[in-house]
Amino acid sequence: MCNKNRISSRRCLSGLLGLALMAGLSSGESAELRGTGDLGLVVERANGSLTAINTTSRRSLGKVTGLGDLSHASLVYSPDERYAFVFGRDGALTKVDILENRIVKRVEQAHNSVGGAISQDGALIATSNYDPGGVRVFSADTLEKVTDIKAEYGEGQLAKVVGLVDAPGQKFVFSLFEAGEIWIADLHDPNKPVIQKFKAGKEPYDALISPEGRYYIAGLFGEEGLALLDLWNPEAGIRRIVPEYAKNDPKLPVFKMPHLEGRALIGDYWFLPAVGHHEMLVIDRREWKVVRRIPLDGQPVFVIPRPDERQIWVNFALPNNDKLEVIDARDLTVVKRLTPGKAVLHMEFTPKGHEVWVSARDDDRVLVYDTETFRELAQIPAQKPSGIFFTARAHRLGL
Amino acid sequence: MRRGLALLVALACHPVMADLPTAERQTALLDLLHQDCGSCHGMTLQGGLGPALLPPALERKSEATLIATILEGRPGTAMPPWKSFMTQPEAEWLVAQLKHPVKSEDKPH
Repeated sequence: MCNKNRISSRRCLSGLLGLALMAGLSSGESAELRGTGDLGLVVERANGSLTAINTTSRRSLGKVTGLGDLSHASLVYSPDERYAFVFGRDGALTKVDILENRIVKRVEQAHNSVGGAISQDGALIATSNYDPGGVRVFSADTLEKVTDIKAEYGEGQLAKVVGLVDAPGQKFVFSLFEAGEIWIADLHDPNKPVIQKFKAGKEPYDALISPEGRYYIAGLFGEEGLALLDLWNPEAGIRRIVPEYAKNDPKLPVFKMPHLEGRALIGDYWFLPAVGHHEMLVIDRREWKVVRRIPLDGQPVFVIPRPDERQIWVNFALPNNDKLEVIDARDLTVVKRLTPGKAVLHMEFTPKGHEVWVSARDDDRVLVYDTETFRELAQIPAQKPSGIFFTARAHRLGL
Repeated sequence: MRRGLALLVALACHPVMADLPTAERQTALLDLLHQDCGSCHGMTLQGGLGPALLPPALERKSEATLIATILEGRPGTAMPPWKSFMTQPEAEWLVAQLKHPVKSEDKPH
């Protein structure tokens, strides 16, 4: 604002100070300077609101309302950890300031969406759209549309886009559900994305990118196995991995699609949810083979290692969605079973892993556990909470 | 009072009324619909990975087809059988709700 009006920087500064003083006076206290590294947002899916939380004080900092349909909503953070970009199911993209707990800008960019990503440089926001099927790219600053990537296949049909992640080299990678394809979009020139397309397999339902940003892996619903793309060597094309596992076991009905998590890599081992089985798969990435199947009490949805990689935490699909299981990474056995409440949808670790925050949708609360003692430390009220997102995600690829 | 009771008994014995889920089950079924079916069909049923379940989308589908789809699932697709979560009469009630939603009840909770 100051630059636009060409006021000298000195006058501008004094003006700002005056404003700050007035704001301080009117509320009867001086404004508090603070960082955002211990803040986070909890999605309240049914009310179209977010509850801001502080992970140090384990308290709610208030709500941001008016975000529309937030079922299956997710969000990403700006590199300065101040702004959240919230992807609503109804196609809305909302920029939220978590210091001021308010909506900065909101655009209705599609009719039906499922998530999004922020570019490596933090300048671009990409949305993953079901209707109209494709990816739309926006300026993170203004939310103005930069480019539209239609997920065209066959004879002009549009596919639903899933598994959208950011990748090194100013790229976005995503999967096309009906088309069975994986696309890489290079946005060095945001107005002219360069697209590479790969045949992946039947019905990719979600995908992950490895923590260093090299491997993109899509889960396939329509056939066995996973589709692997090595982004260091995309010319090699898609490699189908672990197609053989559990081929002869009858699959159980899947009441909730699992999520794939890029963080689920410990050393050379991927820990992934098995689709339609009460088990977690351990895949050795040197040979891309299933080396262990860990029996669980239900069908896993999220499989997330504690940041120090000593434990792996799992939640479950209906009808076992009241539970959490903790697996010890040393011997791959279940060492703890917790029942946090009804419809446990998500969990988020503090950046160094001493606590895990868990949403229990049908109990309208978020629970905080000590991951060493498994003691419950706090409960924070939230209406139908689903995803929990801490600001530390700002500095991780694929989150 | 007595007459009221007699009426209640009569209603309960009526073949159609007897099949209606209790108010508590109705709430639970609508909750399941929006929250859990909603994982794929969208919480407002406008569609997601699964198709939309709003009245216009279901107009040309028969009750019998929809009830069978809910209870038995659709092999070859991601639609699982929900018969372990509800009875046949409950599925019938749910399909009636889908085809002719009552506005106040249809809101997600």
